[in-house]
Amino acid sequence: MWNNFLLSLEIMAKGMSGIFVAILIIMAVVWLLARLTGSQK
Amino acid sequence: MNFLLEGLLSITWQQLVMYGVGVLLIWLAIKKNYEPALLLPMGFGAILVNLPQSGVLNQVLEGVGETTGVIEWLFEVGIEASEALPILLFIGIGAMIDFGPLLSQPVMFLFGAAAQFGIFFAISAATLMGFDLRDAAAIGIIGAADGPTSILVSQILHSKYVGAIAVAAYSYMALVPIVQPFAIRLVTTKRERKIRMEYKPGQVSRSMRILFPIAVTFIVGLIAPSSVALVGFLMFGNLIRECGVLGTLSDTAQNVLANLITLFLGITISFSMQAEAFVNVNTLLIMGVGLLAFVFDTMGGVLFAKLLNLFRKNKINPMIGAAGISAFPMSSRVVQKMAQEEEPGNIILMHAAGANVSGQIASVVAGGLVIDLVSRLL
Repeated sequence: MWNNFLLSLEIMAKGMSGIFVAILIIMAVVWLLARLTGSQK
Repeated sequence: MNFLLEGLLSITWQQLVMYGVGVLLIWLAIKKNYEPALLLPMGFGAILVNLPQSGVLNQVLEGVGETTGVIEWLFEVGIEASEALPILLFIGIGAMIDFGPLLSQPVMFLFGAAAQFGIFFAISAATLMGFDLRDAAAIGIIGAADGPTSILVSQILHSKYVGAIAVAAYSYMALVPIVQPFAIRLVTTKRERKIRMEYKPGQVSRSMRILFPIAVTFIVGLIAPSSVALVGFLMFGNLIRECGVLGTLSDTAQNVLANLITLFLGITISFSMQAEAFVNVNTLLIMGVGLLAFVFDTMGGVLFAKLLNLFRKNKINPMIGAAGISAFPMSSRVVQKMAQEEEPGNIILMHAAGANVSGQIASVVAGGLVIDLVSRLL
């Protein structure tokens, strides 16, 4: 059980980092697309 | 005449419990209007698969041999063999989503990411309750607040609890108006809930709307390859909507396709609600962990908004963070209703809608990452 719990903490750390990395890259691409396609504030 | 009574006499108490569960789901669907499109077929299916020697399941008949049951066949073909039903539903969901409110205020993307915290908290909680890693991960994904993702991930991980997970996922999605206000109040002050936010959306060009689903598919597909089926079909549906030349296909995906798949998905998933697999203490534990997942999703999003506020001049109403879960549009409506109750005239719906659609992307990313990470550790 403790082994699984420790693995779950590893999954938590890697999973949340992965989601934020994906989202931050998407945000950067959206920013870039907005510039390229003329979408603006 | 004994053969007429065979069925009646062979009913087990576990099957009686499942009839109760079936009736409860049907009641919740009809009387309370809780996700009726899913809970009603699941409830009726729960009754069908738990009738003794039910003809909707494969049976071996004396003198005839094996017969194929339609619900078991649907499960084998539509879920077990290919996960086709939940994946196809994503085309319809993608076609329904307007990413405009998100693309016009990209900061809202962050809340979709933060509000997935409950998934990972629930995985840890499930391991502490004694579930193995495979089942714990499948249970945790209830926190994706996304029924098809929950079904797909639990099926890919070969969890024994697909039925209970699906019931928990759809039940809590329906209970968002009760669960989220409770969780939001736990971590916010009245003053924070009153924060007003100006809505100045940027312009979103048609090219941007068309390029966005393609770009997201590449990015997410490369980071979490297991999520390609989910995000790919979600974005395919969205591309059909936004391309502007497939109006009838977009309408079909949003209405006919989504309704048809939802109908089949509900009745098909009931295959995993057979009494011997469903009536046990673990089902209750799964319901408990599922609730934790929703509460910690909400708290994760809200606390992240509060963290951002430490660095921002224009404060964000932290309730926006709670809308980062995938339950669209219910979560953004709940947040708007709370804002209105705390401060009449406080309109934060469009911000919340942006966070909410971000949650739809983040939840499929989370699903893919959980599959990737868990499969490496098993």
